[in-house]
Amino acid sequence: MSAAQSQATTADAAAGAMKSKLYVSVSPHFKTQDTVSKIMWTVVACLLPPLILSVFIFGFQTLIISAISVLSCVATEYVAHRALGRPTDTIKDGSAVITGLLLSYVIPPGVPYWMPILGGVVAIYLTKVLMGGIGFNIFNPALIGRAFLVATYPVAMTSAWLTPIRDASVFKYMGAGVDAVSTATPLYVLKHYGIGAVLERFGSLSVIYKDFFIGWRPGCIGETSAFLLLLGGLYLIYKKYITWHIPVSMIVSVGFFTWVFGGEKLFTGNPVLAVLTGGVMLGAFFMATDYVTSPTQKVGQLIFGAGIGALTVLIRLKGGYPEGVCYAILLMNAITPALDNWFKPKRFAPQPEEGA
Amino acid sequence: MSAETLATFPMGGVHPREAKELTEKLAVEVMPAPSEVRLFLKQHVGAPCEPVVNKKDKVTEGDLVASTEKLGAPLHAPVSGTVKGIQNALHPMVGNAPSLVIATDPEAEPRTYSPSDWTRLSKDELLAKIKEAGIVGMGGAGFPAGVKLSVRPDVKLDTLILNGAECEPYLTSDHRLMVEHAKEVVEGAKIILKVLGINYCAIGVENNKPEAIAKLRDAIAQDTGKNGYNVVVKPLKVKYPQGSADQIMQSVTGRARPSGVRSSAIGIIVQNVYTTKAIYDAVVLGKPLYERIVTFTGKGLKKPANLMVRVGTSISDVVDYLGGTTPDLAKVVVGGPMMGFSVSTLDIPITKTTSGVLFLAKDEIDTTPYYPCIRCGFCVGVCPMGLEPNNVSVYVEAGRGEDTEQFGVDDCFECGSCAYVCPAKRPLVQFMRLAKASIAAKKRK
Repeated sequence: MSAAQSQATTADAAAGAMKSKLYVSVSPHFKTQDTVSKIMWTVVACLLPPLILSVFIFGFQTLIISAISVLSCVATEYVAHRALGRPTDTIKDGSAVITGLLLSYVIPPGVPYWMPILGGVVAIYLTKVLMGGIGFNIFNPALIGRAFLVATYPVAMTSAWLTPIRDASVFKYMGAGVDAVSTATPLYVLKHYGIGAVLERFGSLSVIYKDFFIGWRPGCIGETSAFLLLLGGLYLIYKKYITWHIPVSMIVSVGFFTWVFGGEKLFTGNPVLAVLTGGVMLGAFFMATDYVTSPTQKVGQLIFGAGIGALTVLIRLKGGYPEGVCYAILLMNAITPALDNWFKPKRFAPQPEEGA
Repeated sequence: MSAETLATFPMGGVHPREAKELTEKLAVEVMPAPSEVRLFLKQHVGAPCEPVVNKKDKVTEGDLVASTEKLGAPLHAPVSGTVKGIQNALHPMVGNAPSLVIATDPEAEPRTYSPSDWTRLSKDELLAKIKEAGIVGMGGAGFPAGVKLSVRPDVKLDTLILNGAECEPYLTSDHRLMVEHAKEVVEGAKIILKVLGINYCAIGVENNKPEAIAKLRDAIAQDTGKNGYNVVVKPLKVKYPQGSADQIMQSVTGRARPSGVRSSAIGIIVQNVYTTKAIYDAVVLGKPLYERIVTFTGKGLKKPANLMVRVGTSISDVVDYLGGTTPDLAKVVVGGPMMGFSVSTLDIPITKTTSGVLFLAKDEIDTTPYYPCIRCGFCVGVCPMGLEPNNVSVYVEAGRGEDTEQFGVDDCFECGSCAYVCPAKRPLVQFMRLAKASIAAKKRK
């Protein structure tokens, strides 16, 4: 192509560009690459390692329960939005997938397969869609789903625990009835039989710390691996999608109050065991940090996390349930609007006082 | 520069990509006068000017062509030629607005100016020259400089800040001005100091402009007529919106201007570096403000440049001069990418406050529809004024804009940091403007 020709071509192209319409929008014209769905799918990715590990701890059915739960949540959102005439493409934003995953993570691995379907409907329809959709729910949808299941099917939800598999026989529990294999969680043993029974059952403290840190303990599907949850949570903090305030204040608070009140005498409780058991790590990094249902200000977040920790320990020690993370988060969700009202951002320089 | 602690403002702020490399090394090129200029009668805060020339009048470059008795700044002919009358033209911010059209005489000789000694002029004579020259805040605000510098005698000032932050991405017009006219900026600073009756001036420059900082420091070191004036350069941390008046005052002096009062109440006057250079031109050369450096840049433009253009030149004339746009041009923004106004056509005249025109390509713009607020709080974290754009936007969406006064929306100067970080891509600046409008409407009732 000669120089003249090339010039003509580009001139035509320029004329073409001029004719085509220019986009007009309000400023700013620069935006970050982060989108709601990018953040949500990143959270999904951070949640997957504990699920994969759960297959080797509790067997293949954890994957089925999670899949059913996710499908139930996504389908509920789709059907509900369609029925209400709202846009249905919100199912692609990943938030319903997170709810589905989290719901399955907080139910025991031996529950019947229909149970997460029901939980998903309650989580998405009652907690999210009826409140106005994403951004308007007061409570964490997955936890309302769990609370509903615990209230309606208390036996299954508090006893369908499985003993961790040690030999990678991931289909071990697939055919077996739950009753045949059911066990007790460390928190249950601790609550009803004391620390001695825990040591007898799960090994010495050093064995317990190692097993529980990696995830080899009875518990809900996605809550057992403190290590993988910590890894995912740290990645979210590194990406600046969440800040340290809620997880740290919640974990410290659980540890502190357990240390003070959790032993036979004051200041003799085991804070490490308290943090490694139950849903503390999952709750701290993936549930309490839910944007919609947690405060936006740092001070509010610290109080929010500390409150969850305190309520968790209160329920564990004095309540009817061995574990209290779910209800502790839901209770603190309820006062989130108040925390946001009490702790406002510091204004640059508010108007001077009258007469000043 | 690393050993030096960089001054900055503590609250909020964002770090958009700087995108200045396209034009920061390009020396200012003078664009020949276009065949016609259209001067908006209102290029400033205040009332529009009234023309003082008639249709078919011959005017010479620099002649007074319009003025106002009210708050405002006069206009001068950017070219020599014939007045064609008043026509509406598209203004990037207000839409159609009346403009004075002058057809250029291609034969006319460029007007020349010679320097004179300003130091013997009194404060009032200096102020008169600044007012006559039609100088307005050239950073974008457009507040008449003569009015700003007429400070009541009972107001105690101690600091003049020259704003050379140029924190908007892409823009390099102030940068080139500081590099190529450092001496004039420093001299202009002394003129302003004399007008204000103080002797300390700090020039705030973001640290991504080391060449400008060095040139200004050289100019200060070589200045033989300091006369007791203390002009210093303050390198500032690169953080948007460093160049906002409140933020640069806090960065340089540590003082925060309380909401609702003027900066002079905390002893500070802020002037843009370019306004300062214009004041130098007016006082020393007797040259009114009718041309300025404008950055034309972006991937959508064939040849990005820093151009000296006459006020009233159409953007389309500049584009022709620079060889046209590229096929992937998708958006044209008058001003910077954070606070500029996007326009639907190139047939838009340059004003005294146009610091840049961006030609953004398809891959640089965001056209995704916005989403409900997910209360992530990112916007609250970056707001330099400590506001809650998230809550304001939800109120406005619910039709309750007039109830947003509690969030201090009137402090919002629309820097766009909130919308820049919003993952839901919410047009938070627009929500803020709607909230302000609702509050104003409620007060009028």
